[in-house]
Amino acid sequence: MEVPEGLKYSKEHEWVLVEGNVAIIGITEYAQQELGDIVYVELPEAGEKVVKDDAFGVVESVKAVSDVYAPVGGTVLEANDALPDSPETVNDDPYGDGWMIKLEMSDKDDLKDLMTAEEYAEYVAQQKGEDEDEDDGEEEEEEDEDEKK
Amino acid sequence: MVEFGGWEMPVQYGGLIDEHMAVRTRAGLFDVSHMGEVEVRGAKALDLCQSLTANDVSRIKQGQAQYNLLLNENGGVVDDIVIYRLEADHFFICVNASNTDKDFEWIRRRAGDQAQVEDTSSRYVQLALQGPLAEKILQRLTPLGLREIKPFHFAFGEVAGIHCLVARTGYTGEDGFELYCDPAEGERLWNALMDGGKEDGLKPAGLGARDTLRLEPAYPLYGHELDDSTTPLEARLEWVTKFSKGSFLGRDALVKQKEQGVKRRLVGLEMTEPGIARGGYPILKQGETIGRVTSGTKSPTLGRAIAMGYVRTEHSEVGSPVEVEIRGRAVGARVVALPFYRRRPVG
Repeated sequence: MEVPEGLKYSKEHEWVLVEGNVAIIGITEYAQQELGDIVYVELPEAGEKVVKDDAFGVVESVKAVSDVYAPVGGTVLEANDALPDSPETVNDDPYGDGWMIKLEMSDKDDLKDLMTAEEYAEYVAQQKGEDEDEDDGEEEEEEDEDEKK
Repeated sequence: MVEFGGWEMPVQYGGLIDEHMAVRTRAGLFDVSHMGEVEVRGAKALDLCQSLTANDVSRIKQGQAQYNLLLNENGGVVDDIVIYRLEADHFFICVNASNTDKDFEWIRRRAGDQAQVEDTSSRYVQLALQGPLAEKILQRLTPLGLREIKPFHFAFGEVAGIHCLVARTGYTGEDGFELYCDPAEGERLWNALMDGGKEDGLKPAGLGARDTLRLEPAYPLYGHELDDSTTPLEARLEWVTKFSKGSFLGRDALVKQKEQGVKRRLVGLEMTEPGIARGGYPILKQGETIGRVTSGTKSPTLGRAIAMGYVRTEHSEVGSPVEVEIRGRAVGARVVALPFYRRRPVG
């Protein structure tokens, strides 16, 4: 499980790269693995306001629709325009070409709630442990029982 | 893994798209032991089956299977099922897992002393070996002449030394087999098939792929395209409904509906703008709601966003432009012919 140093991480499995007042945001290796093959990405446009902890985008796998939550608030400077045409980039390179948006942060205090790489790695390990204990797994959005024909 | 009605079910083993494409191009193996089995036997077993279902069960002989529907008095679908005729007076019915108790009670209550009805779900493991290479893989493991088992036919025989019911049936739109055996032998059968199929690229496949594989050939899924208030005439299953066979539960209601015309119809949809329609999303025509999506995904085989859903009959014509409401936005789509995918005939 790749958890690069130098990034900040949220409990919803987003990462943040901070450059001055600008935050670059994407989803983590763990998140993309849990989602499976990503086939659709929907992102906000430049100029849109994003509120911390609110959904700012959507990723869809073949099976499920999942929101992507803003680990910090601010104004969108740029969205990764390559993703709608090649959403699989999020699977292939979640910390690189699979980045989602660049934000002008409205409050740098938002960063205080985020985890370091080390903390996040531990958090994921814990979640995996819980999954195994409960046996029924992950925080999947699709609780669609009927589909198991 | 997900839990489903007491069953631990794998959604995917590797990646869903890989599993899906393995079934389309080579072969995949599914553990579908959650499916229920109900057996009906006795001198009046055929009459009972005939009276509770839409299709003509008298048309199948021993060794044959049939897609069929259990109907209620309103013509609504209690379940969609496959009936195997084991003996002249012994029928083995494969039902949807979530409907097993309902179906068993439904049949048992109406059987009276006409026939014996038994829920034998716990006595079978069911594995589905599906894909163009399924026959080749299975043939290496069985003395049965698989060529002789035509679609919707079955035989009893040994697979890897394990006694099985081997049926040429499936739910993927590909050629393939469904195998039923004693649960004590289930793991051994699974391993024998996986080992035997290795050289042909056989992959284990989960519920996720099972759902996308059935959606492309537009097979209905109970709880999505079918339920107790949906009739076969609405669901494009008129071909299953044999009015000519005589009386059956729901027949009167269906005759009436046929005369009056259905108010809504199941259609195929393809998105014409970016977005994926999902079950439950409203279908619109110029802003007005005309129906609802029942299943939708991005088709791994076709690379396009496809869906099925019910719309008011006047909007069901192929080519009709509609919209699907996705997260509050009306996104362009159009009605297309079903199925989305049809396998090439085997040469």
